Amino acid sequence: MTAELITEAGAAPEAPAHGRQVRRRLYADRMAMAGLVVAVLMLVAALIAPLLIHLEGQDATAYHPELLDSARGGVPRGSFGGASGAHWLGVEPTTGRDLFARALGGARISFLVAFGTLIVQILLGVGVGLAAGLGGKVADAFLGRLIDLAISFPQLIFAIALLAIVPGTFPRPLLLMMVIGLFGWGGTARLVRGQVLSLKTRDYVSAARLSGASRARIAVYEILPGVSAPLVTYAALLLPSNMISEAGLSFLGVGVRPPASSWGQMLSTATTWFQADPTYVLVPGLLLLLNVLAFTLLADGLRTALDPKAPSLRGGRR
Amino acid sequence: MTRYLLRRFASTVVLLVVMVAFVYVIFYALPSDPAVLVCGKGCGGGQLAAIDHKLGLDQPEYLQFWHFLEGIFVGRDYSSGPDVSHCAAPCLGFSFQNDQPVLSLIGQRLPVSLSLTFGAMVLWLLIGVSAGVLSALRAGRFTDRVVTAVSVLAFGAPIFVSGLLLLMLFCGYLHWLDFPVYVPFTEDPAAWAKNLLLPWFTLAIAQSAIYARLTRSGMLETLSEDHIRTLRAYGLRERRVVGRHALRGTLTPVITITAYDFGYVLVGAMLTETLFGLPGLGQLIVQSSNNVDIPVVAGLTLVAGAAIVVANTAADLLYAVIDRRVVLA
Amino acid sequence: MSERVMSTDGRRVLSVRDLTVEFPGDGDTALRAVDGVSFDLAAGGALGIVGESGSGKSTTALALLGLHRHSSARVSGEILLGEDDVNALDDESVRRLRGRRIAMIFQDPMSALDPYYRIGDQISEVYRTHTGAGRRAAWAKAVQVLDRVGIPDAARRARARPHEFSGGMRQRALIAMALACEPQILVADEPTSALDVTVQAQILDLIDELRTETGMALLLVTHDLGVVSRSVERVLVMRDGRAVEQGPVGEVLKAPAEPYTRALLDAVPRLDGPGREPRAPGEPLLTVTGLTREFRQPGGGLRREVLRAVGDVSLDVRRGETLGVVGESGSGKTTLARMIVRLLEPTHGSIVFAGQDITRLPERGMRAVRRDLQMVFQDPVSSLNPRRTVGDSIADPLRVQGTGDREALRTARDLMERVGLDASRHDRYPHEFSGGQRQRMGIARALSLRPKLLVCDEPVSALDVSTQAQILELLGDLQEEYDLTIVFVSHDLAVVRQVSDRVAVMHDGELVELADAADLYASPRHEYTRTLLAAVLAPV
Repeated sequence: MTAELITEAGAAPEAPAHGRQVRRRLYADRMAMAGLVVAVLMLVAALIAPLLIHLEGQDATAYHPELLDSARGGVPRGSFGGASGAHWLGVEPTTGRDLFARALGGARISFLVAFGTLIVQILLGVGVGLAAGLGGKVADAFLGRLIDLAISFPQLIFAIALLAIVPGTFPRPLLLMMVIGLFGWGGTARLVRGQVLSLKTRDYVSAARLSGASRARIAVYEILPGVSAPLVTYAALLLPSNMISEAGLSFLGVGVRPPASSWGQMLSTATTWFQADPTYVLVPGLLLLLNVLAFTLLADGLRTALDPKAPSLRGGRR
Repeated sequence: MTRYLLRRFASTVVLLVVMVAFVYVIFYALPSDPAVLVCGKGCGGGQLAAIDHKLGLDQPEYLQFWHFLEGIFVGRDYSSGPDVSHCAAPCLGFSFQNDQPVLSLIGQRLPVSLSLTFGAMVLWLLIGVSAGVLSALRAGRFTDRVVTAVSVLAFGAPIFVSGLLLLMLFCGYLHWLDFPVYVPFTEDPAAWAKNLLLPWFTLAIAQSAIYARLTRSGMLETLSEDHIRTLRAYGLRERRVVGRHALRGTLTPVITITAYDFGYVLVGAMLTETLFGLPGLGQLIVQSSNNVDIPVVAGLTLVAGAAIVVANTAADLLYAVIDRRVVLA
Repeated sequence: MSERVMSTDGRRVLSVRDLTVEFPGDGDTALRAVDGVSFDLAAGGALGIVGESGSGKSTTALALLGLHRHSSARVSGEILLGEDDVNALDDESVRRLRGRRIAMIFQDPMSALDPYYRIGDQISEVYRTHTGAGRRAAWAKAVQVLDRVGIPDAARRARARPHEFSGGMRQRALIAMALACEPQILVADEPTSALDVTVQAQILDLIDELRTETGMALLLVTHDLGVVSRSVERVLVMRDGRAVEQGPVGEVLKAPAEPYTRALLDAVPRLDGPGREPRAPGEPLLTVTGLTREFRQPGGGLRREVLRAVGDVSLDVRRGETLGVVGESGSGKTTLARMIVRLLEPTHGSIVFAGQDITRLPERGMRAVRRDLQMVFQDPVSSLNPRRTVGDSIADPLRVQGTGDREALRTARDLMERVGLDASRHDRYPHEFSGGQRQRMGIARALSLRPKLLVCDEPVSALDVSTQAQILELLGDLQEEYDLTIVFVSHDLAVVRQVSDRVAVMHDGELVELADAADLYASPRHEYTRTLLAAVLAPV
């Protein structure tokens, strides 16, 4: 009910943007480019994380009690959370694990879950949306209701319940993808269905019917191309939102489980340390913030580049 | 109107039954033993069986589900050996954890969630709508850029990040506030407000960003409509064109979303409540889910669904009152 | 040529000198929408500004009220309203002028009023802004002007909101708003273009009456030469932002000095213009019997109201002829056209095409029939897929029907040449073409399968009059060449007369009259046909 008011892209642009034009507009968008640079750096860092950690000479699980001040309850010795040449971002309080290594581990989880979830959302959302839009009246009535249901469901509650109950042996990242995806495909489906229903009434679709084209041909040649542009921008916005979902669930203690690390989970333990060891809050907090922002800006830039007339997140460039 | 309300009521009941059924399926399709949870690890087979019987866990799942529904509408009896305890309608059952009635658990926590939601809502409406209007009226200029930049930042910041940063700043660094502890309004209104300041702002920051964007785009769209041009062509003062005519068109979707968000935040402010240790409904959901406390989760789901649907219905009705062109069907 | 004529009685209420409006384009370029236009409007006089789309006529009208202020447009020149130069005054002074001394009504009455407020409130608000009158007095004024413009039961209807009014009523309400402060000048920007022809006649009559009664001057902006000749004394012809010609309406329209005006006039279809050569009636190619289409109204559970869009229509279309179908909006003409080509399923009745009953033919069986039964659509924007090249769009029907890809594209290029397009542009996308060019592509696509029957649904109503004439001529040529039978649906009686052998008149979903074109226009038998014909305006 709310989702579409905030995020749904408008109708297909009258003059569709083509590859070169989109790239030119995107390159000219400084905010989007900044987002792109940060996003790519983060992605690369996450991909080569083992190499970087090896370079630092640490690992994510080794305890370093010698670096902690047991008199002050296990706060790292030294300023900035014990940052040093050996531990670039310092160490964790109470355990002394290397923060750089754990933060990189968190980045890997964040990307893995965000992209994996996106795949689930797109598969489910596009499948149901297309079936509703292209199927008959009965299919649409039923699937339309299902989409409404999926959107008005209190998703987070179910996600938490489901995550709490699945046995610990099940791989957590995979489970997170399935759960967030399972409760988060409604928006995509609604977008696709709305777009299909609107495109179906265009005269060029009637013209295709008049030429005797089959339903499948009409779907592939006349309708799908019109769905793709808004879908791309919507999907790009889903990525940062998935990152937040993963971090949130991990923060609540139902996401990624130790010894694996996640930014949300780090922040959850950091809650009690914000006075004694601010670095411990800032490292995962700012990384998450930076990553989400980068992807949001990129997505918004993409949306503006694909359809200059669509309302932008930033706007003011009309 | 009556017809609309009846239909809405019917679909609400269906939605709620589906949701509760969903909770049951989730919890029973997966291996877990509530009796162990109730009793603790040390219990033997006999004790477990007794608990199973008392809670009705020895019955087939569909019967348990039926009894649960029955409890809501007519109440139900729980028996453990000779004593029978009656739970009057609407009965949501008892917590596996501590045997308290679910309804009273929810009742205890509702004031906390209401306090949090209501205060935050006032804030986010004030901040969001005024920032959005300002930004639209100065579209493309400096003010607009600042507002939009701040709202992108606020939009991108997860609640537990912005909340932690606020905590660090105001409690850890400036020492203006203590770590929030919930004080009931009835005990000390001033302490109530002071302790809720940080949670309110934390929630409001994220929400304001959405409302500012919504208001800005709505305002720009309304301002570009033909009837606004007519009003200008007839010499109405700009203040009146914007304040009376453009704002009305803009606020309609904002009101719809506010009603929806109120319902959702009331039961779903889990992150804020967990972060600040506020004993509200969201925190209860997290705790009981972690403990596989099925009756509590089911009851909360029901309340959450009901709150959201009721808020939606209220929004639709309000919408129809504001915009007479809307036909309720 | 900018001939400067002083108004007859010497007293001018409006005098425009060298008006230029520029919109910034990409980079340093600026689009000059209005380029050095000058004209005068006498007290109580009426000036028409005519031109095709993009001629700058509406931009000129908006500039008179200073409505380009605070937009990106740059306005220069003098706009003298009495002693005041609208272009030089400060914002507040311009605001005071608007509605009080110069009022404006707009093209689309559907969107020109605020949907959230009662009509009476909107008019009182304007009145109070300029007079400082009290609520009661302002409301009384609103009711009075609404009554004056012919809103029945004005005291009650003033409480209605715009969506409760029909299009014609809303335009009346807007005129009432203009009347409220008794302005000296009424600027009407295409006031009747969105209205049906019978409603148009009523609105123009009303404006006439009000002029004589209040002595206000009228500046009428329109694309319709018929409306101009009916309603104004002087006319200014605009093209590409420039004034082409101006003078008394009789002189300019009877004996235009400029070739452009001449061409414009020649392009306008007339009720008294040449019709088609009568031809020998062929045997029926298409026969519809008792065709009916009902739509369920949304909402309302079991007792849903059923709307009968087309009711019990029976007619023949003879091989080789053009059957015109005319009607106002809501007459069911488009629904009928869509049923004939089986885009819509009829509720009752039968369609027999080339001896075969196709009423309930399943889609698989229809495929072969589709070759012979094609359609040209109204909207040149939505009738071509924006994401396919125009060559592909034209070739697609052939591909669907099994022609090889290379062969299909070759035919598509040939067809592009035939309809007057540059075939080398076959790999471009539709948005790079103008409306007229797109309509040519729509025709080329419909012809690609060499159909027997072509149904054209308002094929020229989205086009300017000169483009319209070219498309009509093209259709006529193609009909000969491809041996086509055409069903031509339109709201425009003059256009239908020009292209049709026989004409069917539809009203409220029913066929009220069907006759040979010459007979129908010379001696209409049905009352409604007579009303329609009487409402048509011809230039001169």
